[in-house]
Amino acid sequence: MKVHITVNGVPADTDVEPRLLLVHYLRDTLGLTATNVGCDTSSCGACTVLVDGESVKSCTVLTVQADGTDITTLEGLSPSPDELHPMAAAFRQEHGLQCGFCTPGMVMAAVGLLEEHPRPTEREVREGLKGNLCRCTGYHNIVRAVLRASGQDPDAAPDLVAPGFSTGSGT
Amino acid sequence: MIPVAFDYVRPESVDAAVALLGERGEDASVLAGGHSLLPLMKLRFAAPELLIDIGRLEELQYLRLDGDEIAIGAGTRHTTLEASELLDTECPLLPAVARTVGDPQVRHRGTLGGSLAHADPASDLPAAVLALDGTVVLRGPRGARRVPLTGFYTGVFSSVKEPDELLVEVRVPRTGAAGWAYEKFTRRANDWAIVAVAVVDGWVGLVNMGPTPLRASATEAALAGGASIEEAAALADEGTDPPADSAGSTEYRRHLARLLTRRALTTAGR
Ligand SMILES: Cc1cc2nc3c(=O)[nH]c(=O)nc-3n(C[C@H](O)[C@H](O)[C@H](O)COP(=O)(O)OP(=O)(O)OC[C@H]3O[C@@H](n4cnc5c(N)ncnc54)[C@H](O)[C@@H]3O)c2cc1C
Ligand code: FES
Ligand code: FES
Repeated sequence: MKVHITVNGVPADTDVEPRLLLVHYLRDTLGLTATNVGCDTSSCGACTVLVDGESVKSCTVLTVQADGTDITTLEGLSPSPDELHPMAAAFRQEHGLQCGFCTPGMVMAAVGLLEEHPRPTEREVREGLKGNLCRCTGYHNIVRAVLRASGQDPDAAPDLVAPGFSTGSGT
Repeated sequence: MIPVAFDYVRPESVDAAVALLGERGEDASVLAGGHSLLPLMKLRFAAPELLIDIGRLEELQYLRLDGDEIAIGAGTRHTTLEASELLDTECPLLPAVARTVGDPQVRHRGTLGGSLAHADPASDLPAAVLALDGTVVLRGPRGARRVPLTGFYTGVFSSVKEPDELLVEVRVPRTGAAGWAYEKFTRRANDWAIVAVAVVDGWVGLVNMGPTPLRASATEAALAGGASIEEAAALADEGTDPPADSAGSTEYRRHLARLLTRRALTTAGR
C-alpha cells in the first residue's frame, strides 16, 4: 500500500506491506536507528516517537496507520550536535542517561509531555513518563532533566527528594 | 514480532465500514487504536485476514450532551476523555478513569469503543461505564440497536456484539455533582488493575473480579437500604468469581474488592 509520511520534515511516498510496523519503517526502510526496539510489546517506551506531535509507541502502530502524518524521531529533534534541543541539552546537563538505550524514547516522550504540560510538577513528570522504562538511572536525573527543560530549577522542586508513587484514586 | 500478513482498508465513512463488516465480518477485524489488537496480532494470537481501520473516522469522534445523557463517539481516544471539560463537569468519573489507563502513549491511541468492544475484564473503562449504567449503540447489516452495558458482556473477551456489528456510540448519564471515585490497585506504575472499583452515585462497578466487568449488586442494594459504608462494602465480593494468577489469589482479590469499595464509597461520600 502507498503511504505518504513526513519524517523529520522530509516527506516521502513509499509502498509498504500493511503489516510493516512503524518502528521497522523508521529503522529499516529509512535507516533512522535512534528509535530503539526494547520489549516489542508496547511496555518499555524505547520506540517512542512523535506522530503529529503526540508521543506513541511505534512498535504498536502500523506504518499504514501513520499515512499522511508528520513524524519526529530523535534524529529530527536537535538542529545539530552543537545546537541541542532544550530537552536533549537538559538530559546532558543533568546526566539523565547512562547506557543510553532508553534515551531516544525517553527524550521523545518528555518532549511530548511538555507539549501537553509545559510546566509539570515533579509528580506529573513521573506520571507522564511512566510508559518509559530505564534500567540504569533510577529515573532521578531524568526527572531533573525534564524539570530543567521546562524552565524550572530541579533543586527548587519541593518534593523531588521523596518521590512517591501511588495508584489512581477518585480524587 | 511480525503479524501474519493481512489486507488493510480505511473506509471513508461509518456506512462504508458497516457495509464492509457485513461482507467480511467473519474474517475481518475492526482496527481502532490498535493497542489491544496489534499486540495480539504480533503474538499471533489473532490473525484476521482483513483490518478495517476506523481510527481516522471523525464521524466516530465526538462528545456531546444529548438530553439527560452524554453521547460519545466510539472512536474517541482516552486522551480526549481525559481532557474533556464537558466530562469534567457532567460525568467526572469517566475522565478520571481514563487517566489511569496505561501511559500517555497508550492513551494517545486507545479508544473508548475499542476498550469496551475488546471485553477484557481487567480493563478500566468498561467497569466505569457499567457503574454509570451506560449503553452502547451497535450498527450492523440488520440496523442499529442499543444495548445496556449490564447486558453486553457474556464472558472473557466476548459480548453480544456480532462480528458484523460496529460499536458506534457510548452513552452515559449526566451525573453532575453526584459523588464518585475510582480506586485502582496495581503493584507497579503502568500495570493493569489487580482489582479496581468504580463508584458513582451509589452504583459500584468492579474490575477483574470475574470473567466480565461486574456490578457489586449486594453492596448497591445494601446502600439503597440504608446500610453504612462499612456494612455495604463488606458485601462487595458477593456473587463475584475472581481469577487467581501471579498478581493475586482469589481470596486476595475478594479482600481487595471489599477494601477498595470501602475506600471508594468513602471518597465518593456515597
Ligand atoms: C502497554 C499497554 C497498557 C495498557 N494498560 C491498560 C490499562 O491499564 N487499562 C485499560 O483499561 N486498558 C489498558 N490498555 C488497553 C488500551 O486501553 C487499549 O487501547 C484498549 O483496550 C483498546 O482500544 P483500541 O482503540 O486500541 O482498540 P483496538 O486494539 O483497535 O481493538 C480492540 C478490539 O476491539 C475491536 N474494536 C475496536 N473498536 C471497535 C468498534 N468501534 N466496533 C467494534 N469492534 C471494535 C477490535 O476489532 C479488536 O477486537 C493497555 C494497552 C497497552 C498496549
Ligand atoms: S519496543 Fe515499543 S514499547 Fe518497548
Ligand atoms: S540509561 Fe540505560 S536504560 Fe536508561
